[in-house]
Amino acid sequence: MHRRNLSILALAVLVSAAAGTPLHRSAKVAVAPGSIEGTISYTGTPPKMRPIDMAKEPTCAKQHATPVMTESVDARPGNTLADVVVYVSAGDQGPAATQTVVYDQKGCQYVPHITALEVNQPMEIFNHDQTSHNIHPMSKTNPEWNKSQPPGTPPLHVTYAKPEFIPVKCNVHLWMHGYFVVLNISHSSVSNDNGKFSLKGLPPGKYTLTAWQEKFGTQTQEVTVGSGATAKADFTFKAVQY
Amino acid sequence: MTPSSGRHEGTIVGRIFAILVTIITLISTGIFLSRIWWLPPDISQHGSAIDRQIDETMVSSGVLFVLAQLVLAFFVWRFADTNDQRKIKTFPGGATPMVVVAIILVGAEILALTLVGSRVWASIYVTAPDPNSLTIDVQAEQFAYYFRYPGPDGKFGALHPELIDASSGNFVGLDPANDTAARDDIVSASLVIPVNRPILLQLHAKDVSHAFYVPELRIQQDFVPGLVIPVHFTAIRTARTEIVCTQLCGLGHYNMRAYLEVKTDADFQKWLNEQSAQ
Repeated sequence: MHRRNLSILALAVLVSAAAGTPLHRSAKVAVAPGSIEGTISYTGTPPKMRPIDMAKEPTCAKQHATPVMTESVDARPGNTLADVVVYVSAGDQGPAATQTVVYDQKGCQYVPHITALEVNQPMEIFNHDQTSHNIHPMSKTNPEWNKSQPPGTPPLHVTYAKPEFIPVKCNVHLWMHGYFVVLNISHSSVSNDNGKFSLKGLPPGKYTLTAWQEKFGTQTQEVTVGSGATAKADFTFKAVQY
Repeated sequence: MTPSSGRHEGTIVGRIFAILVTIITLISTGIFLSRIWWLPPDISQHGSAIDRQIDETMVSSGVLFVLAQLVLAFFVWRFADTNDQRKIKTFPGGATPMVVVAIILVGAEILALTLVGSRVWASIYVTAPDPNSLTIDVQAEQFAYYFRYPGPDGKFGALHPELIDASSGNFVGLDPANDTAARDDIVSASLVIPVNRPILLQLHAKDVSHAFYVPELRIQQDFVPGLVIPVHFTAIRTARTEIVCTQLCGLGHYNMRAYLEVKTDADFQKWLNEQSAQ
């Protein structure tokens, strides 16, 4: 809805620019975009991640010097959490995301473990392993599918039309898990190895931010972004061991 | 083409066929006798009985096979001349008694092999496991095996299929939050066992039928959804070998395998301790 209004506005700007009127975009957006940064952390004891035995898939096992661990709670030093999706759940939608999201199957893992994308944003799914994978995003709102990718097959081209948190598994390697977080906005970020996230290019205004962790659920908070300013928003999840 | 040249050609074709049948019979018998393609060396206590039984079956069916092929070759050679003047001899009473006699003969052979062989099979599969066996719970699923050890407390935690969550590594559905016996359970993707100790496997399937096949152990047993199937054995040599699924179970069937590691007692304890620490 918001986007449609923007397009109408843009059309109006173009028409009026053609008509020689002084109204144009830069004049309207006289303020500089701001950003939001923050850290995701946890209190309590997070569940123990377990080493994954990939012995049955030697071409993958040999890619890892130390065993790969399960990734459902990616606890990092300083009680921070990686792989938490932070997104604008109320506020500016942002421009439509057009850059292609790359999702890789490498070393019998999904890389990245979690990817956030916008509805209709193109995604390419690669298999860079010497073994067949069968990627199975278990969507409920969007059409569900699973596709085999033998080694050397070209990437799959995928888009999702509706927002949804989609768990992804491999039908061949049952330790392989990930998430497609399909959002109806482009302002999203996944916390990095230090538990930090940042959302850039936000027009000044009020925002509701939501942080989502696959085991601990969601948290929200209100943030106000000033012109050209960087607002802080930290989230703390309560970890449970079991 | 004159009748005489037709007879001549028939004789040649018949003799070539007789020679080919003889050659194929001798080569295939030679392959079996030389054991070029044979089972891998046995590492189990009961395996020698199976091997003896396989030998007996192979010898008895092999002798019959060689005799039948050579008789076939002889008759083709002897009667390849298409001499239509000869009186045709038939089995007494015609085709029906011949088929009945053949069925009885072949049936008797198969029945005899079954009765003799089932004694060996039963001595392995239909006997009680050693009470001091190390019990390991085995879950087969598309397309992997998971082996569960009771951990230091010696007790298996209860299984709650609704709690299965592969993304967290809870492959079998343990409930460590409420079930203290489950907290120290060790779940491994490889079957690691101590040598010379009786092992009791409890096989159960999460989804469809699978199989547990280790040629070196001379064991092949299906998993059946809804059943817990016990299998017991003792490995008498340290080894590292493959466990494969031999029951077509879906897309990734070809890729369904795990490793069996037979370790010395000390190495096994070390492995257990490492697993407990994880």
